Amino acid sequence: MKPFTYERAADARAAVKAAAETPGARFIAGGTNLLDLMKLEIEAPQHLIDVSRLPMAAIEAEGEGLRIGAMATNSQVAGHAEVRRRYPVLTQAIVSGASGQLRNRATTGGNLMQRTRCPYFYDASKPCNKREPGAGCAALEGVSRETAILGASHACVAVHPSDMAVALVALDAEVETLTPSGEARRFPLMELHRLPGETPHLETHLIPGELITAVVLPPPPEGGQRYRKARDRASYATAHASIAVAGGKVALGGVAHKPWRAVTAEAALAAGASPDEAMTAELAEAQAIGENAFKLPLTARLGAATIREARGETP
Amino acid sequence: MSSVNDWAGPNPVKDNRSGLIGKGVDRYEGPLKVTGTAPYAYEVQPPSPPAYGVMVGATVATGRITGVDIAEAEAAPGVLLVWTHRNVPAQPAKGTRKHPRSTAGSKPALESDRVAYFGQPVALVVADTLENATAAARLVRLTYDAASPDVDFAARKAGAGQPPGEEDVEIGNFGEGFAASAVQLDETWTTPIQNHCQMEPCASLAWWEGDRCIAHTSIQMVKPAQHGLAETLGIDRDDVRLMTRYIGGGFGGKGQTYDDLTLAALAARALGRPVKVAFTRQQMMHGTIHRPATVQRVRLGADRDGRLNAFSLMTWTHCHRDGAFTEHASNFARTLYAAPNRLTGHRLVKLDLPGAGPMRAPGEASGTLSLECAMDELAERLGLDPVELRIRNEPPVDPENGRPFSQRQLVRCLKEGAQLFGWDRRLPTPGQVRDGRWLVGYGMAAAIRGNFLLPAKCSFSVDDDGVITVRQGMTDIGTGTYTVLAQIAAETLGVPLGQVRVEIGDSELPPAPGSGGQFGAATAGSAALMAGMNLRKAIAELATGDAESPLHGGDPAKIVFQDGVVGIENRSETLAGLIRRAAPGGLTVEGEIRPASDMREWSQQTYGAHFCEVGVDPVTGEVRVRRMLGVFAAGRIINAKTARSQLTGGMIWGAASALTEGNPVDPRYGSLLGQDLAQYLVPVQADIGEVEAIMLDEVDDKANPMGIKGVGELGNSGSGAAVANAIYNACGVRVREYPITPDKLLAGLIARGL
Ligand SMILES: Cc1cc2nc3c(=O)[nH]c(=O)nc-3n(C[C@H](O)[C@H](O)[C@H](O)COP(=O)(O)OP(=O)(O)OC[C@H]3O[C@@H](n4cnc5c(N)ncnc54)[C@H](O)[C@@H]3O)c2cc1C
Ligand code: SF4
Repeated sequence: MKPFTYERAADARAAVKAAAETPGARFIAGGTNLLDLMKLEIEAPQHLIDVSRLPMAAIEAEGEGLRIGAMATNSQVAGHAEVRRRYPVLTQAIVSGASGQLRNRATTGGNLMQRTRCPYFYDASKPCNKREPGAGCAALEGVSRETAILGASHACVAVHPSDMAVALVALDAEVETLTPSGEARRFPLMELHRLPGETPHLETHLIPGELITAVVLPPPPEGGQRYRKARDRASYATAHASIAVAGGKVALGGVAHKPWRAVTAEAALAAGASPDEAMTAELAEAQAIGENAFKLPLTARLGAATIREARGETP
Repeated sequence: MSSVNDWAGPNPVKDNRSGLIGKGVDRYEGPLKVTGTAPYAYEVQPPSPPAYGVMVGATVATGRITGVDIAEAEAAPGVLLVWTHRNVPAQPAKGTRKHPRSTAGSKPALESDRVAYFGQPVALVVADTLENATAAARLVRLTYDAASPDVDFAARKAGAGQPPGEEDVEIGNFGEGFAASAVQLDETWTTPIQNHCQMEPCASLAWWEGDRCIAHTSIQMVKPAQHGLAETLGIDRDDVRLMTRYIGGGFGGKGQTYDDLTLAALAARALGRPVKVAFTRQQMMHGTIHRPATVQRVRLGADRDGRLNAFSLMTWTHCHRDGAFTEHASNFARTLYAAPNRLTGHRLVKLDLPGAGPMRAPGEASGTLSLECAMDELAERLGLDPVELRIRNEPPVDPENGRPFSQRQLVRCLKEGAQLFGWDRRLPTPGQVRDGRWLVGYGMAAAIRGNFLLPAKCSFSVDDDGVITVRQGMTDIGTGTYTVLAQIAAETLGVPLGQVRVEIGDSELPPAPGSGGQFGAATAGSAALMAGMNLRKAIAELATGDAESPLHGGDPAKIVFQDGVVGIENRSETLAGLIRRAAPGGLTVEGEIRPASDMREWSQQTYGAHFCEVGVDPVTGEVRVRRMLGVFAAGRIINAKTARSQLTGGMIWGAASALTEGNPVDPRYGSLLGQDLAQYLVPVQADIGEVEAIMLDEVDDKANPMGIKGVGELGNSGSGAAVANAIYNACGVRVREYPITPDKLLAGLIARGL
């Protein structure tokens, strides 16, 4: 780990101000992702701004919806009575991720901003465009099964590992932020993450130093909700593929550089297609890369089964 | 040398007067370990503040180091020294044995500019803090002339040769027997590289007292570590004191020392202060040994009623370019089933991968994954129950060498297991049982693992308080050695458990071979029993010969030891009182065990039967273990709790081998893909449902004076095959390429229209 300086932000404004003024600064919340990466020197911030104690952990009603503070931990959100009652897909998604210990530390903001689990990203001896733009991508012809089938590029085939974000995208959540200049912004969470393109090191549309302050859920859509995740072991493993269904809304995880809103599938379902047909339509553009070919049938099957389950039909 | 018949007489372990033998006594160090207060080597407090060494691993798999730039690292805060092959102190060439009786040769670190595997330690940075050393280690700049690594096992398999000094074993004529068999099976299985993933990564602490090196390290076998370090340092063996008091798991991966020990000792000498060096979790994956991958071809030829006429298990495997290790996955098969025509053997190819070496149940753990699934497939072709097929092929004597079995209760394990598990509810046609979204299936497999006894010594002391101290250069790698030695001592001397102290893990203590090959408890425990018997004799003679003792003049052979009291009929006194008066300062005696000369006249194994219920999600190919039962016959059980833990731990590992564990090789870089415990998947609690291990009553009086056998590896033999067979029974898909992950299963599920 490289030496770094540290401060505890007094409030959100002070946090973004410090971020704007200090070169190489990063926010740290639960630290469950950032610290691991710092130990491997995959991240080497010169300055850490600790936002974990900012009073932004409340989960409260906002109109007919729910506002989740960025510092609410994954465990708090998953266990919240309103979330469990009205947004069960979110609880299911969160508890399928990481482990109990990690979820107790991990925050809503940090979870959205966590970085890929691509094994080559973690091994600094291998070329990786995300770590070092222009270096090349070891995963492209590598032996990892955990690569993207949707929206990947020749520069990067990594997937976004968050489960929570997949449910939030299906729920049409919005993100609230504070920009470095102190302005509050609010935009659909679906627009937070980017596809890799030629710049896989740019993962979100946040301005450097922009702080996520909350996630806002609109009232839940009509219809059943369900999250399912396929993986090698029953816990503490990222998804080969996952799917969140909330009424007519569908999002996929483990298949792309961002939580993947399945708009094609949604349209097909709305037009009366069967779940299988809808998934087939969604995956029409999907491409296998090396070891990940199994993800195509897996995503199609898991997707269709989960849509049926959310509707109360036999999977 | 003695005969096994000498062991048949009564002794305190067999008499078990106070009932301590067999009791599920809690591990003495359990609370220490779970509260983090059992000091591992890295946590031992040295006499003065230590410096911290961090190793740098090679980032290529093969080639030469051509450029070394350590200037920036040397100038970094707190750095005390930076070594590469260019400036490390001279060490005797690898394998040097100056002392003819050394049990290990020199293991020089940073020996040359040659890189022989990815992750090989190529530099050391020592600093005043771990953080400074870690930061400076990243500043060591090495350039390589890298060659293209030769690591593709599948591609190189065709050129594999006989392991040195080995030949195939053929009995009868396999080819003819197989050709003439009414029912034939010929299938090939593959198993991947596995990493040990001990809770405690390898670590060492060393300091010098004058010309003596004091080292704490995490090691399964004390003597070879001590000897190897002395050879490496070029000093007398007695000038190395090597300790390993608490160990966070070994599994065979700590049967040898690594560069952490060599470098800690060298740096401590150079700096004149204690030095700690540890592997990080990531470094463990490449920097220490692994279980190598195998390809196993099984051929079974049987007549229509299921009697095997011909069987063959041929194993291909790999080891490091400079190594000699062979994963003997075919060996166990020589003893398991009867068949007149038999062919087994191994082929080995050398690769530029890190070192291959032993891992829990070496041989059996890999080999049962093929043969025990092949038996399942054969049973299906014959329309026979898999339990019955095994019973039909039960040999009356060892099928390869004709020796009688010392004990063989495999059939009883199979029958009792089947009954306890409810095996009769299994539907032989796969894919018939559903529970919600899960397809449910049952599978079973046999377990076998050799039993061994090695020479060992032990000393026993009694002090003025009547406290018994056991001293032995043995190790406790988390298996319960401390506790079972205390049980044996307490039972032998008739004192409460709380009145026994056990000191192990120190090269100054009477030598024992350590922990490995599931010989630990039998070997160390037998030496302890011998030493305990000698102490009884010394105490008895002391009492009967002491004019002030109420036992004076009695027959020493008639003395009873119980509850801290020594007595003959109605005359008695306390052990403490006797010692205080008649031998103030206490008594110390030694004892030793040696394998009896006629021990090899028996075929000696431990046995078991695994039964397993799994759920397969037909949509995703995910598998979850719902229930596992193992029934084992492994001699007398000294501690029901530690034995059960060993067996269930082995069973879970087997399930992991079937389902998740394996580290793919990236042939471009010669490196392994999984480099931490988020990527290399060992099972978690949620993966494993109910697990139960039942131990049958057994006493094996040919094994050792206590009639006990090993249990540490047996559970890992066969349990993976039981899982694989259950998967087939659940969904009708056979995957012969381990681990059986969803990607592999899915193709079969789709092909079956599921
Ligand atoms: C072994 C392991 C397994 C895991 N498995 C899963 C899994 O299966 N599914 C899953 O979803 N997750 C998984 N995780 C990831 C875990 O969910 C994340 O580590 C966690 O959510 C990150 O939250 P944090 O608060 O600790 O973030 P931190 O580590 O503190 O920060 C992560 C990143 O977010 C930035 N950041 C933090 N807060 C803000 C904010 N308010 N505004 C802007 N930027 C911010 C930081 O600067 C940093 O770059 C796993 C983690 C581990 C270690
Ligand atoms: S897939 Fe992306 S993260 Fe992985 S190695 Fe390639 S560029 Fe790096």
